[in-house]
Amino acid sequence: MSSEVPDTGKKLVELARSVYNSLKTGEVPELIMPSRNRDNIVLDPMYSVWRYGESKVTRSAKYVDGAEYILKSLYMIEFILEMIKGSKTSTLREMYYISEGWKNGKFGTQDESDIMAEDLEVITSLMREDFRLRPEENGASVIGNLTIEEKNRKGEFKRINCKDDVGEGGYNIPYNVDQEKLKIVSSDADFVLAIETGGMFDRLVENGFDERFRSILVHLKGQPARSTRRLLKRLNEEQHLPIYVFTDGDPWSFRIFASVAYGAIKTAHISQHLAVPTAQFIGITASDIMNYDLPTDVLTDKDQQALQAELKDPRFLNDFWKSEIEAMLKMNKKAEQQALAKYGLDFVTDKYLPDKLSGPNDLGE
Amino acid sequence: MANRHYTISEGKEISISEFFEKNRHILGFDSPQKALYMIVKEALDNSLDACEEHQILPEIRVAVKRMEQDEFEVTVEDNGPGIDRKEVPRVFGQLLYGSRFHSFKQSRGQQGIGITAAVLYGQITTGKEAFIRTRKVGEEVAYDFKLSINIKENRANIIEEKPAIWEEQHGTIISVLAKGKYQVGKQSIFEYLKETATVNPNMSLRFEDPEGKIFQFKRVVERPSEPARAIKPYPLGLEPGEVISMAHESGASTAVGFLSGDFSRISKYSAEEICKFAGIDPDKKPSEITLAEVKNIRSSLDKIKILPPSADCLSPLGEEFIRKGLRNIYDELHPAFYSKPVMRSVSTYNGNPFSVEVGLVYGGDLPNDEPVRVVRYANKVPLLYQPGACATTKALSEVDWRSYGLDQRNGEGVPFGPMILFIHVFGIRVPYTSESKEAIAPVAEITEEIKAALKSAARTVKGFLNKREKRKKISEKFRLVSTLIPEISEKSSSITGLETVPIESVLSKVANVVFLNESFEPSDGGILVRLIVHNYTSMPRSFDIIADPPIGDIVDQKNEFNVRDLMPALSVTFEFRIAVEASRYPGTDYYFRGIDPVYINGAEPLPADWNIAKTDVEEVTEDVQ
Repeated sequence: MSSEVPDTGKKLVELARSVYNSLKTGEVPELIMPSRNRDNIVLDPMYSVWRYGESKVTRSAKYVDGAEYILKSLYMIEFILEMIKGSKTSTLREMYYISEGWKNGKFGTQDESDIMAEDLEVITSLMREDFRLRPEENGASVIGNLTIEEKNRKGEFKRINCKDDVGEGGYNIPYNVDQEKLKIVSSDADFVLAIETGGMFDRLVENGFDERFRSILVHLKGQPARSTRRLLKRLNEEQHLPIYVFTDGDPWSFRIFASVAYGAIKTAHISQHLAVPTAQFIGITASDIMNYDLPTDVLTDKDQQALQAELKDPRFLNDFWKSEIEAMLKMNKKAEQQALAKYGLDFVTDKYLPDKLSGPNDLGE
Repeated sequence: MANRHYTISEGKEISISEFFEKNRHILGFDSPQKALYMIVKEALDNSLDACEEHQILPEIRVAVKRMEQDEFEVTVEDNGPGIDRKEVPRVFGQLLYGSRFHSFKQSRGQQGIGITAAVLYGQITTGKEAFIRTRKVGEEVAYDFKLSINIKENRANIIEEKPAIWEEQHGTIISVLAKGKYQVGKQSIFEYLKETATVNPNMSLRFEDPEGKIFQFKRVVERPSEPARAIKPYPLGLEPGEVISMAHESGASTAVGFLSGDFSRISKYSAEEICKFAGIDPDKKPSEITLAEVKNIRSSLDKIKILPPSADCLSPLGEEFIRKGLRNIYDELHPAFYSKPVMRSVSTYNGNPFSVEVGLVYGGDLPNDEPVRVVRYANKVPLLYQPGACATTKALSEVDWRSYGLDQRNGEGVPFGPMILFIHVFGIRVPYTSESKEAIAPVAEITEEIKAALKSAARTVKGFLNKREKRKKISEKFRLVSTLIPEISEKSSSITGLETVPIESVLSKVANVVFLNESFEPSDGGILVRLIVHNYTSMPRSFDIIADPPIGDIVDQKNEFNVRDLMPALSVTFEFRIAVEASRYPGTDYYFRGIDPVYINGAEPLPADWNIAKTDVEEVTEDVQ
């Protein structure tokens, strides 16, 4: 991942110039970029992650929607250029509020402005960090024998051991985990366990799982933020640690795993920086629900739709996911990680995880 | 009539009053909430019938006063023709006394039962008598009565009767003390009065509620409504028992005389035919006709052709009353659209003539995501209860409103949208689902007529919505060329630091039309309209524009505007005033002449049948294309 490229400003001005040139030559301005939906993600064989394919969308100023889109992107470019000039950063939310002043370029919702920021990344092949934009959601937390150095506000690198120097909450992952902000010094562990829910993370911490099983625990906080996924990627690449993902057993958890392992659809333009293709799923499966006779909830309509959508999602097109998704649809049930507490507080650390970690590779890859 | 009795199955006779006391729900007095409403309704229906019959503009006062926690005094005063003092005991103190009971005529009240039931209800619940004051047209004085009902004998007890000085020339006051519960909302006295005011725009109504709040519904039509004409009973609309009673009371001496004289649409020739088919001696005394013979008469009517009942026995509200009534009551919601009222022609069910009128109000402050509001009327009387059982609801649910631009789940049931539907069913014998006349029975013929009327009204909404959608699209396109693209140009040069470039050729690529864009603002009690005509094509344009305000008129100015040699990228602005309230103005309709339709946006080609006198338009002189 690039540090702040001096070219960022240049690239953005170029984009504005392409609009300007169209007008100058009497052409209706257009912006062309890859289509960012599920039907346009393809497996990148070089990195084994899913990225955007060839299909493009064109936003033309011939239509109101397209003209508004182009205008909004110009306002955003202008705003980013000002931040670069003034060495400022802003959160995506701040930018959304600032856009209130952008006449016909203001956004209706923050979702819209967030997506526009991602679109700019896709169009310019730059990163959000280059634009000096950051999410307000901070990354989640880490506990385990990992030593890092994080640059503090004074600009000095400060060394932190994620087992000894942190409280029970763990080390808080900052929004920027790139090399120039965070250095991974060393680790003494056999694997990383990424956990969906806070309740389960706390349970494993209390049970001393990290020490007993020589592991680094990462709390994903639901759908993981970019920085969390980036850190997992770096731990995997730089420390050669295998990544295991431990989630609830429902369609949304499957998507959490997919975004860690294969890349998320929204960020498919940077999948190679974020996704860990070798990550393994050890979350609750339909088979677990049956084998352990876990307490369950009935699938909602939304759950069922999500599972149906996953059957058509290219990222889930393998035998393991196909059979698990179909089995879940058939039993019409889902279960949470914490349902394992049915057999006592230690069951998850004494039996479930050891079994899963030593068992055959579920994914059959 | 006076001693009419119901007979119950054990064979023991009881008076109607006694019967009512035991079965008050049948007449609608079944809950304390409904009781007060019923008293107001029965009195007011009678007042309005009397005013209509005597061509008087109704002046009504209604007051509900709390006497004790659950005891109220309900007073209804009218300026009707008044009642002969000798009739008072029968009108107010005897059930089933009613001048209308045997007449074949459309009216609000039907059974001559309502107001006595109200007096009786008050008497049963409080033990107190009713007060009546009435002054007949032409009488010197009014008379005050205190009256109760002798339940066993079904007759009035006059407790007091005395002449009184009254400043009103004619009219009637009835005041009843009754136990009840005063409520507000969908099924309340206030709602009843409001809906009554809607269909009686020639009524002035003052209402005082138990908290002393005064509501005034003003008169907006200065003419009495057309009264219905009584006709002789139409033979196909009668039950055999009714024919027997008529035969007994007939003044005719022969069967042929009875048939041709006492019924409408039966000539002497037809009467002889009927007797032949029914096997009745034409000279037989009417009083000796048997029930079996009546049944033969009925079946012989199917064999000989008789004309349908005449339409002028019906009393519709009419277009003006519906239009002005709806505006008077619902304008506070600032509706965007009132449909032209739909009037169906007369149909019959079982030989009873009836018809349907429908009005429709759309948009404004009405909520988008709630079921449409339905205001139901039968013979000019609002129906507040039992909407689910009513023919109006059935008809409404069977129309596929989705094809008219409203939301409706699966294309059936009550649609959702910012709309009020006004449905009036009127006829000589509107069938009800129960004695308390709360819902119109869903007879197939009636339901079909309501459906047909609703569909006509719905088409006008669809037309309105289409027009609005078109306007919206045009104004969006205008925004694209007038605002968005210029702003894109400005931004792209400020970011790149380059000079702005002319964008006309891009604009004509995007639009390539002449745009008419209208805005208006309140001004001098009317509105000031600003029409900007902008040429986004690549050639100079000349043409004429004719403005046609859908409501209101253009003030002191012709409605034609001439555009001459308007150069590309330039605009011309016209201003004019319309005498109309800004909040209700839907926008002007524009027509054009002298330019190819593909090059103009925001106006329609001038129709060939354009009313020349109205618009003061001269012959087309040139064609610039």
